[in-house]
Amino acid sequence: MAPRKTPVKCRNPDLIRGVGKYSRSKMYHKRGLWAIKAKNGGVLPRHDPKPKAAAAAEKPPKFYPADDVKKPLLNKRKPKPTKLRASITPGTVLILLAGRFMGKRVVFLKQLASGLLLVTGPFKVNGVPLRRVNQAYVIATSTKVDISGVNVEKFDDKYFAKEAGKKKKKTEGEFFEAEKDDKKKLPEDKKEDQKAVDATLLKCIEAVPDLKAYLAARFSLKSGMKPHELVF
Amino acid sequence: MPFKRYVEIGRVALVNYGKEYGKLVVIVDVVDQNRALVDAPDMVRGQMNFKRLTLTDIKIDIPRVPKKKTLIEAMEKADVKNKWESSSWGRKLIVQNRRASLTDFDRFKLMLAKIKKAGVVRQELAKLKKETAA
Repeated sequence: MAPRKTPVKCRNPDLIRGVGKYSRSKMYHKRGLWAIKAKNGGVLPRHDPKPKAAAAAEKPPKFYPADDVKKPLLNKRKPKPTKLRASITPGTVLILLAGRFMGKRVVFLKQLASGLLLVTGPFKVNGVPLRRVNQAYVIATSTKVDISGVNVEKFDDKYFAKEAGKKKKKTEGEFFEAEKDDKKKLPEDKKEDQKAVDATLLKCIEAVPDLKAYLAARFSLKSGMKPHELVF
Repeated sequence: MPFKRYVEIGRVALVNYGKEYGKLVVIVDVVDQNRALVDAPDMVRGQMNFKRLTLTDIKIDIPRVPKKKTLIEAMEKADVKNKWESSSWGRKLIVQNRRASLTDFDRFKLMLAKIKKAGVVRQELAKLKKETAA
């Protein structure tokens, strides 16, 4: 905010806290409210309230609850978007610390709205697919891959959501039969997406010598390596 | 060979503790048996406990408490920086720092280079072995 040129002077300065210099009626005259009132025929001008849409006639409930049901308190808190660690920028090579891809070096693509990081191995190099990870389970290295050519617009949290499965009612006989052909298969279009991202990314990776082998190798601590003293 | 690293004016020492850790300083005066007045081109002259100083073999020719200008001149004349960096002690410290500052990718490349080197060495050794056997 730009500073005010002239300090605002209160027309009714405090004598002591809570007690002004002028009385209520004196201020009424000082503020010129009488003139406004006189212009409007004795009342202060006001806006008419907007006509509300007529509420639908509510049906009387069929029964009343036996106990008082407490209404949940109104919660207006909106969580702030997750801050991305400063060391993580698009193209950063990350080391995964947990889960089944523990120790893998992956490429960071972007941060999703939920705050999770979108990463890929690339799948072709080290078997890590397009995947979301929490940045808490990641070490950011100082190595960066140029990913300007990679299009990651289509990926959002919905993309990774589980498909709503249909619950099938089973008869007794079917229940004991093992589901054979029902095994989950990755849909073709996801495979295509992976290929599309990998293709452009691989070109960028292969431009840097040794980078492909680096991404393919797992990270692990060896004896004498002090993780708090290492530079990543 | 007699002992030669004395505390004396013009003795170059390495600071091994505190804010100036790792810095090469010159003893320009001895305050008492515990402290020396030390100076370096890029620091404010001040006293320092001998416990914090590790003496080196390098000594420069300066008067007691010289001006910064004469100190710098004397250091350049004695070639302190080069002497230090070519001494095995100085080289060791440089290598240690260099290794500590390697990034993850650098360490990986180093690993690859080591493998490559070992392979070459093994090949040459096999060749020599063959020659001696034949």
